[in-house]
Amino acid sequence: MTAAPPRTRRDVLSLATTATVACGAACACVPFALSLSPRGDAPDSAPVDVDLSKIAPGAQITASWRSLPITIIHRTAQTISALKTPDQPLRDPDSHVHQQPDYARNWHRSLRPEFGVYVAVCTHLGCIPALDDDGYTCPCHGSGFDLAGRVLVNQPAPYNLPVPPHDFASATTLRLGINPDGHTFDLSGIVQL
Amino acid sequence: MTRGLLHWIDTRLPVVSAARREFRDYPMPVNLNGFWNFGAILTLSLLLMLATGLTLALTYVPNAGLAFASIQTIERGVPAGWLIRLAHQTGATLFMGALYLHIFRGLYYGSYKAPRELVWLTGMALLACAMVTAFAGYVLPWGQMSHWGADVITGAMAGLPVVGPTLSHLVLGDTHLGDVFLHRLFVVHFATAFAIVGIVVVHVACVHVAAPNDPDGRDPRSPRETVPFHPYFTAKDLFGLALAGGVFTALAAFAPGIVREAANLAPANPLRTPNDIVPAWYFLPFYGLLQIVPSKTLGLFASLAAIVLPGLMPWLDRSPIRSARHRPGFRIGMILMAAGFVTLGLAGAHHLQGLWGIAGRIAALAYFGVFVAVPFARRHPS
Repeated sequence: MTAAPPRTRRDVLSLATTATVACGAACACVPFALSLSPRGDAPDSAPVDVDLSKIAPGAQITASWRSLPITIIHRTAQTISALKTPDQPLRDPDSHVHQQPDYARNWHRSLRPEFGVYVAVCTHLGCIPALDDDGYTCPCHGSGFDLAGRVLVNQPAPYNLPVPPHDFASATTLRLGINPDGHTFDLSGIVQL
Repeated sequence: MTRGLLHWIDTRLPVVSAARREFRDYPMPVNLNGFWNFGAILTLSLLLMLATGLTLALTYVPNAGLAFASIQTIERGVPAGWLIRLAHQTGATLFMGALYLHIFRGLYYGSYKAPRELVWLTGMALLACAMVTAFAGYVLPWGQMSHWGADVITGAMAGLPVVGPTLSHLVLGDTHLGDVFLHRLFVVHFATAFAIVGIVVVHVACVHVAAPNDPDGRDPRSPRETVPFHPYFTAKDLFGLALAGGVFTALAAFAPGIVREAANLAPANPLRTPNDIVPAWYFLPFYGLLQIVPSKTLGLFASLAAIVLPGLMPWLDRSPIRSARHRPGFRIGMILMAAGFVTLGLAGAHHLQGLWGIAGRIAALAYFGVFVAVPFARRHPS
């Protein structure tokens, strides 16, 4: 191995020039990168009230909260009993994965068995699952969920549908975005939205 | 590793060896002066315009009702948006300024003469595209100056004989200046900007095939009169770019009034023309001509001729000697022409008031007189 040739004055000047130009170019990139950074405030997190008296048993409505589609389903007595003893195998029937507040970690995944409240965003790739006879089916890749938003086994979707923070402001008014007294829950803490 | 990859690419598409041949080993005349820096300055300005322009287009809305507000969003809402817009506006001034000096260099040192006629013609096409792009860009913010500048230009188009009405209808796309027009100009602004990139590639290819001219206007006689592009002219261009960067920063920081128009900070109002309406500085000479010539059609032709005549120089000027250094009469002519162009601009800015009216008319005569006199210049000086 031969010794490196001695460093000349020109080498040093070239290196200094290149370094200066590189620093300048890097600095020039900063405003462009800044301009691409996400803008605006966090989505409006104000609570949203939903009138439950307008949802007939067996029907559901979709409300918008924090720009998310929130499905509120009014379950019939029949479907409620089906949730207790599911006839299809479920991936996470007991809601072990943190996709819901503690007050919805039960067999019906909600505060009251007759009302289910879910973020209607498929945990696979984000489409909105459609309601059919005994559950939900995602139109994009066919993931199936039961009426409590629990994902069936052998589906592309890995987790149950998230449950947003919610409480009942009155007997017929559901309030999205707040928790019952004594609970703290935020969607930012869940495994996957 | 890198060497191996470059070799692999080069044996399949010889871009690496072409780049080495054209931008490293390329023989350059030893005697090029500072006027030969403007090519590099223009290239970098163009890249800056593309980068800032594409970034601005991410927020800008080409809609008569929303355009002005979207500019305010860029200025106040987008992080560093004000800086990117200021850089785009300053870049336009730097580009047009460098382009005028680059063209003057070509005229003064006879760079348009054989075998470089295509270099010259592609360059003049580039000027035309740059002017269209600059005008369209000036209209996009849809402020008062945008609106009334567009009003004047579309009115001028309609004044052209025969094709005028059809042409102005085509550009307007409506009975008045509105959405359709603004959206068309947005597309024109992009289309001509990318056309400029294409023309630059052909322009540089023409220069490299014909070999660059030099201040003495005589080609290097032997390889001993040339030096390789790198490091000699990469270093010289870098120095020129640093100076241009200084001018750019000084303009943006200390003289933003030159690169942007305060009157354009009012939204377009089709019911009121601003009191003092002048175009961007680089259009002032043509604006001056429009005011001097006491006829609508002839004024338009005069402005058109002011660009077409320099484009015809390879055929107007039949002297075998290229550089004004060795043509005393031609040198005076070139200085007269440049002085006339600048004076026309100043007269235009002052609306020909007072002595500017006389100065402007003399300047117009000087400018056109030079192009008329050039074909009669002695072909073989003693």
